[in-house]
Amino acid sequence: MTNHWNDIANSDCMLAIGSNPAENHPAAFGHITEAKERGAKLISVDPRFTRTSAKADIYCPLRSGTDVAFIGGVIKYVLDDMEANPTNYNMTYVTEYTNAPYLVDPDFRGPADLDGLFSGYDADNRSYDKSSWSYQLDEQGIPKRDMSLQDPNCVFQHLKKQYARYTPEVASSITGAPVATFLEVCQTFAATGKAGKSGTIMYAMGATQHTNGTQMIRSYAILQLLLANIGVAGGGINAMRGESNVQGSTDHCLLFHILPGYLKTPINKDETLAQYLERVTPKSNDPKSANWWQNTPKYMVSLLKAWYGDSATASNEFGYGYLPKNSGNYSWISLFEAMYDGVIKGLMCWGQNPAVCGPNVNKERKALENLDWLVAVDLWETETAAFWKRPGANPADINTEVFLLPAVASFEKEGSVTNSGRWSQWRYKCADPPGEAMPDLDIINQLMVKIRELYDGDATAPHRDAILNLTWDYGSHVDPHQVAKEINGYDLTTGKLMASFGKLKDDGTTSSGNWLYCASYTEDGNMAARRDLTPGPFNIGLYPKWAWCWPVNRRIIYNRASVDLNGNPWDSEHPVIAWDGGGWIGDVPDGGWPPMAVDPENTKYPFIMKAEGHAHVFGPGLVDGPFPEHYEPWESPVENMLSGTQNDPAFKIWAGPMDYKGTPDKYPIVCTTYRVVEHWQAGQMTRNMPWNVELMPEMFVELSEELAAEKGIVNGGRLVVETARGQVEAVAMVTGRFKPFQINGRKIHQVGMPWHWGYTGLSTGDSANLLTPHVGDANTMIPEFKAFLCDVKKA
Amino acid sequence: MPKARLIDTSKCTACRGCQVACKQWNELPAEETKQLGTYENPPHLSGNTWIKVEFRERPGEWLFRAHTCMHCVDASCEKVCPTGAISHQGEVVLIDQKQCIGCGYCVLACPYNVPHRDEITGTARKCTFCIDRIGNGLEPACAKTCPPGAIKFGERADLIAMAEQRVQTLISDYGYPNANVYGADELGGLHTIYVLTERPSALGLPETPEVATSTVLAQWLSGVVTAGVLAALPFWLLFKRKKQIEAEQKSKVEGGVR
Repeated sequence: MTNHWNDIANSDCMLAIGSNPAENHPAAFGHITEAKERGAKLISVDPRFTRTSAKADIYCPLRSGTDVAFIGGVIKYVLDDMEANPTNYNMTYVTEYTNAPYLVDPDFRGPADLDGLFSGYDADNRSYDKSSWSYQLDEQGIPKRDMSLQDPNCVFQHLKKQYARYTPEVASSITGAPVATFLEVCQTFAATGKAGKSGTIMYAMGATQHTNGTQMIRSYAILQLLLANIGVAGGGINAMRGESNVQGSTDHCLLFHILPGYLKTPINKDETLAQYLERVTPKSNDPKSANWWQNTPKYMVSLLKAWYGDSATASNEFGYGYLPKNSGNYSWISLFEAMYDGVIKGLMCWGQNPAVCGPNVNKERKALENLDWLVAVDLWETETAAFWKRPGANPADINTEVFLLPAVASFEKEGSVTNSGRWSQWRYKCADPPGEAMPDLDIINQLMVKIRELYDGDATAPHRDAILNLTWDYGSHVDPHQVAKEINGYDLTTGKLMASFGKLKDDGTTSSGNWLYCASYTEDGNMAARRDLTPGPFNIGLYPKWAWCWPVNRRIIYNRASVDLNGNPWDSEHPVIAWDGGGWIGDVPDGGWPPMAVDPENTKYPFIMKAEGHAHVFGPGLVDGPFPEHYEPWESPVENMLSGTQNDPAFKIWAGPMDYKGTPDKYPIVCTTYRVVEHWQAGQMTRNMPWNVELMPEMFVELSEELAAEKGIVNGGRLVVETARGQVEAVAMVTGRFKPFQINGRKIHQVGMPWHWGYTGLSTGDSANLLTPHVGDANTMIPEFKAFLCDVKKA
Repeated sequence: MPKARLIDTSKCTACRGCQVACKQWNELPAEETKQLGTYENPPHLSGNTWIKVEFRERPGEWLFRAHTCMHCVDASCEKVCPTGAISHQGEVVLIDQKQCIGCGYCVLACPYNVPHRDEITGTARKCTFCIDRIGNGLEPACAKTCPPGAIKFGERADLIAMAEQRVQTLISDYGYPNANVYGADELGGLHTIYVLTERPSALGLPETPEVATSTVLAQWLSGVVTAGVLAALPFWLLFKRKKQIEAEQKSKVEGGVR
């Protein structure tokens, strides 16, 4: 989240797209209700009328996977309206704080010219040469700008050209949203473009889990920048995370392409630390750009010092050589493809249940059979731990050795979780765990202690120094406070905890396990454990002394865009920060530099994490285009109405065994998956809880009355959903909340189902992921769980 | 001052946290249910389910209402209870499990279909208003857990004022012309007050509930007459006993919950 949960209450308009907060974020809905009580509007855009839709002021349907067409249409509406009614928009924000005025390379071409592609496409490799996606530079090497936004090569004009095709009628034809409702959404949300008004976009997996999911999020970012909604209270683009600590796990590098604090992972060609730092540290020639990532060397060296301690010295590049380098794809689908192919031989499954939650799960369960060993660390015997005795499998044929390690529940251990709003909150242990169950920290400690013993005893072990030189001094039971302090980091010359990342150095005299968390545990104590309920400056619910928020307790990031060039808040009712003549008051500002018009010599642009200092309307960093363009999901019932480029041109397509693709002649119905509030993720925590099972006892599939009539399916009866990859049998829930879409004049049906079920636990049922495909997003590789093709029949 | 619970249907998201919180606090077992083509479950209140959210689909709408005991001033269940097991403890209508004989009169008499007979205990059971919590200064479990703040607990007069204000806003600002407060006057005043976005009948509530004493008694008595006078004798005795118990309790209980 750019903002945080409580801040939603400050919003004037909340657009829930690709998310269903009433269902998946029930506690957060309290903040939404609070905003509504103040008169804010809630818009729900969803293929199906949900519990969120039931509380919304406007419900607008859209076919799964067409968000870019939808938001592209809203962007066009805003751009047209800006011309007609410029005073309704904050044009100062657009020109001064975003890259809308930047001049782009004259060779750049977009989908309007190239039938859905951007310049530089290499069809053989499904990738782009991005050299034309660059800015024109002046003699100092600073991007040229046209502050009138009129130059045909400026980003703003390219944006207009890109979305000129996304008329309400076209958007409606693609998405199935009725034109009138679509326009109501446009008008309502565009009203937040006025200086002083705020709108938030709340998204979740409904947006990300597509082959062009990242571009869907980019479309939200562009819309919010045009409406001056980033950095302000009640604004932002807010990822509603699906678990209490997903934010924390990504901050601390759960994903394969990052190190803690979103430092990039070294790749094969980064042979030395210097080469690595040269590649990953962005540069700017503009003295007004803070270019915060220029500090990368300080953060990287401090990370290496945290990991390798005294073994990290300038002479050995602070242990950089110990780090694994990768140039491969280690995302979920590729890992399971590699297991299926017998390349990966062992798997540790830590608090996750791929035999339920993995895409094309028939293949992923089969892949587990090819492992030599599998360790499942969980509270229950999950479907993954029990895959060898699943229905239809013959245990005698499966040679995988399975270990089930009992973990402890969150209430049975101490530590921190970081919520969607980037708040790190300390939790205490309130009960002893049962039996031999152990906290994850202790499990990994015991494992590592043993591994180090083995490496110690074998002088020929590969990468021996990388294992033995690690700082590993946790004893037999890990103290979470020690770990939290290590994450914060130390001044190694004094032994004191670092006060903030501003003092981290690249000379080996400081350590920090995650620069973003530097300031979370200082000599003043554990900031995450703070419980002061003072609302804080301007009474906008920042709660600055409740827990701790990265970075440096800044509750709303990019908040220097919440003020005008003189430092006065756009929104005087809900200011985030303000310049009082000598300094900033309010939230922790994004850098303490004076406002742009107050001190042009010493100011910096507000988007400090971008090398140029301006927010990206034009985003050349992604692999599949600097502007979002509508493409159909991998499996779609229709042809792309906007161009001859059917799918995102850059996502990876696997073509191994069991990677079947369905076609609309056989599978004409759109299918999607989701969660219900009564169950949790892959289901073990709730399908083993009788009270939850009572509420949602069985797997079900929701479908429209029209489709049910066509197929002779009755409400409460049983049906079968089939895709190219598998079948699900479940109870039919026939409902007026799903309606057939009118897509380009054709009636297209969609069905949907929760994905919580599996074959172990109190409540069992078919897993929705028996149906989903093994393809993922072009940029992140998150699987396309949310849009694929199926057929349904009466069971 | 009497306490009450306010359930605002315009804020309820049907997360059903109230259902689980009620079972957890009151240590009620889960029921074995089936997926019947609806989000709603269990199908109705029971001896082990004391609050449940009802889901109603209409074109373009999905209406939610948490259904539970109203704790009426003129409580039909209390009036028909032959053993005096049902009584008011202040604003709370309670079924004394030791005195209940499981005759089922209250089950039939309640205009809201709230008490249900439990097969295992053989008694009628229903929401206790978490009397063990509110008697100790806590709010009922359902109100404590409600994430969107749709269920609130407090002074009855305050809640009614809050409800009336909310209804005005729903009518003027949110396009709910039929919004209304339910429970301020019904049956002598309820202690579960609703903000309803629609007419009561559209949300499964009687528009003009009546105290069931006379009608239920008449029904039973007509059955009794058919069955014969001999059969009626024990019921007459039971009613006599009920009056005695009432008299005893009046002297014992004063003020009720504070």
